[in-house]
Amino acid sequence: MSIFLNKDSRVIVQGITGGEGTKHTALMLKAGTTIVGGVNARKAGTTVEHGEATLPVFGTVAEAMSETHADVSVVFVPPAFAKDAVMEAIDAEMPLIVVITEGIPIGDTAEFWAHAKKKGTSRIIGPNCPGIITPGEALAGITPATITGTGPIGLVSKSGTLTYQMMFELRDIGFSTAIGIGGDPIIGTTHIDALAAFEADPDTKAIVMIGEIGGDAEERAADFIKANVTKPVVGYVAGFTAPEGKTMGHAGAIVSGSSGTAQAKQEALEAAGVRVGKTPSETARLMREVIAAL
Amino acid sequence: MDLYEYQARDMFEKHGVPVLRGIVAHTPEEARAAAEEIGGVTVIKAQVKTGGRGKAGGVKVAKTPDEAFDAAKAILGLDIKGHVVSRLMVAEGAKIAQEYYFSILLDRANRSYLSLCSFEGGMEIEILAVERPEALARVEVDPIEGITLAKAKEIAIQAKFPAELVDKVAEVFVTLYGVYTSEDATLVEVNPLVLTEDGDIIALDGKVTLDANADFRHPDHAALEDKDAADPLEAKAKAHDLNYVKLDGEVGIIGNGAGLVMSTLDVVAYAGENYGGVKPANFLDIGGGASAEVMAAGLGVILGDPQVKSVFVNVFGGITACDAVAKGIVDALDILGDAATKPLVVRLDGNSVEKGREILAARNHPLVTLATTMDDGADRAAALAAK
Repeated sequence: MSIFLNKDSRVIVQGITGGEGTKHTALMLKAGTTIVGGVNARKAGTTVEHGEATLPVFGTVAEAMSETHADVSVVFVPPAFAKDAVMEAIDAEMPLIVVITEGIPIGDTAEFWAHAKKKGTSRIIGPNCPGIITPGEALAGITPATITGTGPIGLVSKSGTLTYQMMFELRDIGFSTAIGIGGDPIIGTTHIDALAAFEADPDTKAIVMIGEIGGDAEERAADFIKANVTKPVVGYVAGFTAPEGKTMGHAGAIVSGSSGTAQAKQEALEAAGVRVGKTPSETARLMREVIAAL
Repeated sequence: MDLYEYQARDMFEKHGVPVLRGIVAHTPEEARAAAEEIGGVTVIKAQVKTGGRGKAGGVKVAKTPDEAFDAAKAILGLDIKGHVVSRLMVAEGAKIAQEYYFSILLDRANRSYLSLCSFEGGMEIEILAVERPEALARVEVDPIEGITLAKAKEIAIQAKFPAELVDKVAEVFVTLYGVYTSEDATLVEVNPLVLTEDGDIIALDGKVTLDANADFRHPDHAALEDKDAADPLEAKAKAHDLNYVKLDGEVGIIGNGAGLVMSTLDVVAYAGENYGGVKPANFLDIGGGASAEVMAAGLGVILGDPQVKSVFVNVFGGITACDAVAKGIVDALDILGDAATKPLVVRLDGNSVEKGREILAARNHPLVTLATTMDDGADRAAALAAK
């Protein structure tokens, strides 16, 4: 078991012929993902070769779905065209849309999120995220698949490299699913969505939740954990030294006045019974204690 | 990016929002000329990106061009909450009958847009929200449908505008939403929105925040950037397309990925507590690629910070192989040559880490120390900075 993505997932790549799309299609295939094709309107009817695999390129997401029964789309389309690509996938009722693209205007994301919410037929992960990996089964995104294997830990994080760092620290234990939800101000799948799914997943025994400054998603996740999560949760929050009013790399990572501070997030999580590590290595140690006590 | 009031005024005018005349001035002479051009009573307003300028003496009324000159002389150079006034707006005077509040902003929690509006203006909105929440209408705005005239009327009615004013303000709300979407703003605030004695609705003072992610479709936004106020190191980093934020410490930081870099700052600050409180000097995310050129540009910016005493390079090789990163560091040091003068602690982990460490060991650069873990690297870099 796992959440949102497994060995039966059939994946298409929007932007399969671009630089990033080409590179990561190869890596996703190597990770064992079943990739059934890609979309690029200007190259419809052609194919792309990846070792043994010959993947068809379709003109639209709807066509790709009807021809291949794809149920996941990974979006590598550049920022200027990302909204249209995601809107198209939503209209085609793609069940899972993973938006890797960084730098999408916030208004564009607000629009495709509003559309997805109204339609109610797609889950969106991202944008500006590393995507999702169920080790040993499938990868929809850019997470390095070679860090670690399958295991009992579920991981949800706003940050890509901190996800990799945490997977690396706990590589001998392994992960059920690791999901990077992205650091933009508006994202599709939230900490809460992932926590709820991990709680329901029998193969996930403990959860690591990684947050960072900005917004109040971690505080709301803390309330959710208190009320709904029975599995042990270990947390980490980045950005204690971030100054007020400065965007720290991720568009959403900004302390505004006294809101969005790492301190407030840590306190909220601890009040919900989450053990919060001061550093990534301490967080990993806390998770080891949790796993040992299971 | 936050705009100055005069920039917001100009943007409002472009989108048909009713505003009064306003001319930017940098000297008392320019203020006098602007007051002459506008004619009549003018208001001389300090242009600073912070609140509370009125109380700090940053707003003065001038009846004549000479009074505008004197007012400008008094206001230029004022320190308003750490912002030294270097520019003014000379604005046409208005006979204000009533003051209101209106804003549109990104609502992160609800992943939507939100309009805030009150018939009771003249008060700081944060205070109004706490003390009289019933006087502040909060209306969700669907990002696809936007603020139509019907929606604008709904906002005005909820904000308790009397019937005879609803249509008039609603029209202005629609134009302000036009600013919000067509300029890719994440905040458009008018405080106050006023009714003049002549019965006109005017946006008297505006605040606009623009989304940097949308810069690619707004080439004109680059001109709005305040190049004088930018930290020189931040400006240099920006010229190299680097994601850099200057902080007030001694340990320069380079890493890959925003989350890992933020975390590195924290870990260095904790380690610094053992060495007399040394702190991180900056945030610098060199992203996934970490090529020699990017590494050299990043090191160049950091070594140009006179406060920096040591540098911690913390890279986790995900897709990027550590041997490429190591090669980047070695090449960067060669590019910099004698300009590289401060000790570098390097922590590499992940993809091809052995090869990466071998490259650094083989080069055996006198300034470079290899760390085994992130904690170890932070500790070594903090110790070197405290020397």
